Amino acid sequence: MSLNWKYQESFADRHIGPDEKELQGMLKALGVGSLDELIDQTVPAAIRSKEPLKLAASQPQSEHDALAYLETLASKNQLFRSFIGMGYYDTQVPNVILRNILQNPGWYTQYTPYQAEIAQGRLEALLNYQTMVIELTGMEVANASLLDEGTSAAEAMALALHSKGEGSGGAFFVSEGCHPQTIDVLRTRAQPLGVEVVVGDHRTVDLGAKKFFGALVQYPATDGVVHDYRAFGEKVHAANGLFVVATDLLALTLLTPPGELGADVAVGSAQRFGVPMGYGGPHAAFFATKNAYTRVMPGRIIGVSEDAQGRRALRMALQTREQHIRREKATSNICTAQVLLAIMASMYAVYHGPRGLKAIAERVHGLTVLLARGLTKLGYGANYDNVFDTLRVEAAPPHIRTILAAAEAKGMNFRRIDERAIGLSLDEATRPSDVEAILAVFAGAKPLGFTLDELGKDLKSTLPEGLRRSTPFLTHPVFNSYHSETEMLRYIRRLESRDLSLTHSMIPLGSCTMKLNATAEMIPVTWPQFGKLHPFAPSSQAAGYKVLFEQLEQMLANITGFAGVSLQPNAGSQGEYAGLLVIRAYQQSRGQGHRDVCLIPSSAHGTNPATAVMAGYRVVVVKCDESGNIDVADLRARAEEHKDKLAALMVTYPSTHGVFEEEIKEICSIVHERGGQVYMDGANLNAQVGLTSPSAIGADVCHINLHKTFCIPHGGGGPGMGPICVASHLVKFLPGHPVISTGGSEGIGAVSAAPWGSASILVISWMYIAMMGAEGLTKATKLAILNANYIAERLQEHYPVLYRGKRGRVAHECIVDLRHLKKTAGVEVEDVAKRLMDYGFHAPTVSFPVAGTLMIEPTESESKAEVDRLCDALIAIREEIREIEDGRAPKDNNVLKNAPHTARVITAPEWNRPYSREKAAYPAPWVQDHKFWPTVGRLNNVLGDRKLVCSCPPIEDYMTPEPSKSAVA
Amino acid sequence: MSGEIPQSLKYTKEHEWARIEGNRVVVGVTAHAQEALGDVVYVELPKVGATLTAGGQFGVIESTKAVSDLFSPLSGKVVKVNDALTGNPQTINSDPYGAGWICELEPSDSKELAGLMDAAAYGKLLQNS
Repeated sequence: MSLNWKYQESFADRHIGPDEKELQGMLKALGVGSLDELIDQTVPAAIRSKEPLKLAASQPQSEHDALAYLETLASKNQLFRSFIGMGYYDTQVPNVILRNILQNPGWYTQYTPYQAEIAQGRLEALLNYQTMVIELTGMEVANASLLDEGTSAAEAMALALHSKGEGSGGAFFVSEGCHPQTIDVLRTRAQPLGVEVVVGDHRTVDLGAKKFFGALVQYPATDGVVHDYRAFGEKVHAANGLFVVATDLLALTLLTPPGELGADVAVGSAQRFGVPMGYGGPHAAFFATKNAYTRVMPGRIIGVSEDAQGRRALRMALQTREQHIRREKATSNICTAQVLLAIMASMYAVYHGPRGLKAIAERVHGLTVLLARGLTKLGYGANYDNVFDTLRVEAAPPHIRTILAAAEAKGMNFRRIDERAIGLSLDEATRPSDVEAILAVFAGAKPLGFTLDELGKDLKSTLPEGLRRSTPFLTHPVFNSYHSETEMLRYIRRLESRDLSLTHSMIPLGSCTMKLNATAEMIPVTWPQFGKLHPFAPSSQAAGYKVLFEQLEQMLANITGFAGVSLQPNAGSQGEYAGLLVIRAYQQSRGQGHRDVCLIPSSAHGTNPATAVMAGYRVVVVKCDESGNIDVADLRARAEEHKDKLAALMVTYPSTHGVFEEEIKEICSIVHERGGQVYMDGANLNAQVGLTSPSAIGADVCHINLHKTFCIPHGGGGPGMGPICVASHLVKFLPGHPVISTGGSEGIGAVSAAPWGSASILVISWMYIAMMGAEGLTKATKLAILNANYIAERLQEHYPVLYRGKRGRVAHECIVDLRHLKKTAGVEVEDVAKRLMDYGFHAPTVSFPVAGTLMIEPTESESKAEVDRLCDALIAIREEIREIEDGRAPKDNNVLKNAPHTARVITAPEWNRPYSREKAAYPAPWVQDHKFWPTVGRLNNVLGDRKLVCSCPPIEDYMTPEPSKSAVA
Repeated sequence: MSGEIPQSLKYTKEHEWARIEGNRVVVGVTAHAQEALGDVVYVELPKVGATLTAGGQFGVIESTKAVSDLFSPLSGKVVKVNDALTGNPQTINSDPYGAGWICELEPSDSKELAGLMDAAAYGKLLQNS
């Protein structure tokens, strides 16, 4: 027996589903001799990478080695007590939430809840989130989260422009009391829309001086002051503007809610409700408004409806407002939100309840008042009366410098507002000893001369009476029932069990790349050295992050073939937006700022045109030919027609039809020859890595959905990350940040509130790339293509497979056509999607990019065994459809039309359907072994959209929802 | 197709209809339009007093599948809107040419009528689409 003492386990073999035997079986089914032969048939030779992919590390790291290395990086990050504030606060994640949600694949591996019947758990948690936001802000309607506070404020400005302005132009007032990053994100967003952002003092601004369509204030302000905005709100309304208030959920447990101050929109971050700061993210932002603006509100809304049996059921409401459908008419390009983090925040509210939240707020406020007393005693007097958790302390510049240095020496970060002022923000993690430590810094060498107990005698809030909250909040039973850990644990588990996640079966959503989110990739996310850093902490304290960013940027640059990377964009949609702004800045820099036409193929994802409009571009649609490819003749004609105005082409590659188009290089040349730049949508990058690259096809800039190709879990609809990679001529325009220096020398403004977006989840992509190595990544791409072609091969006898490349191969996904079944059996794509649930599967992407079809993307992580089960299910469903076609089953009462079948339906005393209960619920052998029960029957979409209810109504009212009073003002 | 196309109405290629009633014109969407949209869940009505231009967008109609803009057949001032649609948008599905009307205009240029299709022409448009 010879002994291999150098044996190393390969992570790639764990990440990739099919083993060698399965791989050979699939190749045989496809009639090809080798994997490379298949790839040669799939990826056009003209764009194939000449050299194998190279990464800085020559060898892939094992799971343990990679984690050990990350630990050394993590130890370079220094954990100072943060009193910086500015929208980011330390918080204590309840451990029951940390372990059972944030660290639990049953919660983080789902996709956006499009298939409501198998997503009722998440939908309930998100409805709780909306209810929490509505009640704390005093508004009428809220969405199920946005990317960050800055983005949310920018969305509010866009809504104001849409509903009060004249489409473009005009002015938007922003109080100087807003967080600086919010102001910068607004400025970035305003510029291409031709909107002037006027920053000033809300007490003195003359709203008659310009055509103001809205105003934004911060409550409490960034320097801590709690202003009474009632009079200002009236002024904004008198000027026919929309009144927007950026606010803080914890403060609102004590303060009069914005809704009662006259706000039309309230925005903010839910981070301090139990979501780690994460050096910038991810966290959920909120957006709440009045019923009148429901239909123009950005983001996703969860609504109450009924299922086929008339029982209460939840779903995403008003989906037609989304950019998928509205395209260039959409007012926002937001898709992915921050579902996982919104759920954590809502669970934090469920766990603490209204009394617990108020007690936390009162402690934070109490310690702040205590600190104010102490500072006054020490001679740092100021008017500290109208504050919640933040104090602005003024002193002479040399003294400020001394204090900041002394604080840092004691392991504390204060905010340097300017050379004469320091900001101090307290939070849930602050304890009396911290207040003592802060006071000691201000006292310098002198002893304090008083104890905290003396200081805290008869401690009372100094908030003015008119700004103290009198309206109750979170009165619904869900926020008042689960305060013991046992009850909380069971509530979390109960909701989890209603959702189908990757822990049950594959989620074959085309264009979504639902691959493995490996445990080793997830582990570092919740390390305190990555989680507890404030995004605006001095960069010297984030040395570990710095190395991580540099390495990840280099990895992504190598993979895309580009020269520069920005890790700032917080989602694919934000990446598109950042990429187009970079192109815009480039065109301006060469005196071509008048170029405003963006060519977009008709097959593009709806987000592309929505983004182009946000970036100030006019969309010109390019036709596709019969085989689904860009019609090159039409492209040439459009490009020629607009050649003096052509700014950019947005193209997805491989195409949204799942095909490697042969003409892609020519397509890019046509645009370049006429002065345009090429933006590549990276949604389908999983088919490229190691085989070709955005640079090789001729693009100038691309975004990468790290939550698709690079393993950040989808979190049930977020977090995501959408870094952009650019060619060398665009590097200097990469986005900057107003607080932390980053980006290009002539960078565009911030597109996201934090300098590196959701920094803490970048470790996931780093781990994936480090553990796979260049070879592993390339093999993953090949296997993703193999799995998709194998599915196309198995299904083509049963369903037409739309669109193939020149040599008959699909890329990493395939489209199965069901349109003819409507004629032959009255069956629609939705019926098949719902029937798949009875077989234990989540449907593939429904009706995108072609209505009436299913788009299947298996990814490399699914084994042949699992892929075969999915194929078997779809083939069995085809046989069920044949029963209808042959007249053996009625058209209106069959297993498809009645799908999905719930346990309640199956066990009902009466059964009068023309098929057996067994056939309904146990249609395949594997279901006998492992049955996933949808908790509700088919959702009634019409009812939910006609009568929108988007907060938890009293239990007894669930069946008779209030009609919405929607009317766009 | 979608049954009878009323002879007495005028039509646009965007599938709106116009009914002349003295010096007023009632506007709605055709049976074909509502069928293509599916279950209508919401209608954004114009404001009374608003001035519309022929071919210009004056409202939005939403179904569970799609959102479509409404285009005015004629220029003129809105004198009445069908508020009942706010609570019961499905009326557009059940009675597109009757109770599902959307608004009433006072046209500013009667010559524009000549630019609209009659039932025969609209029927042909549907056949060819």
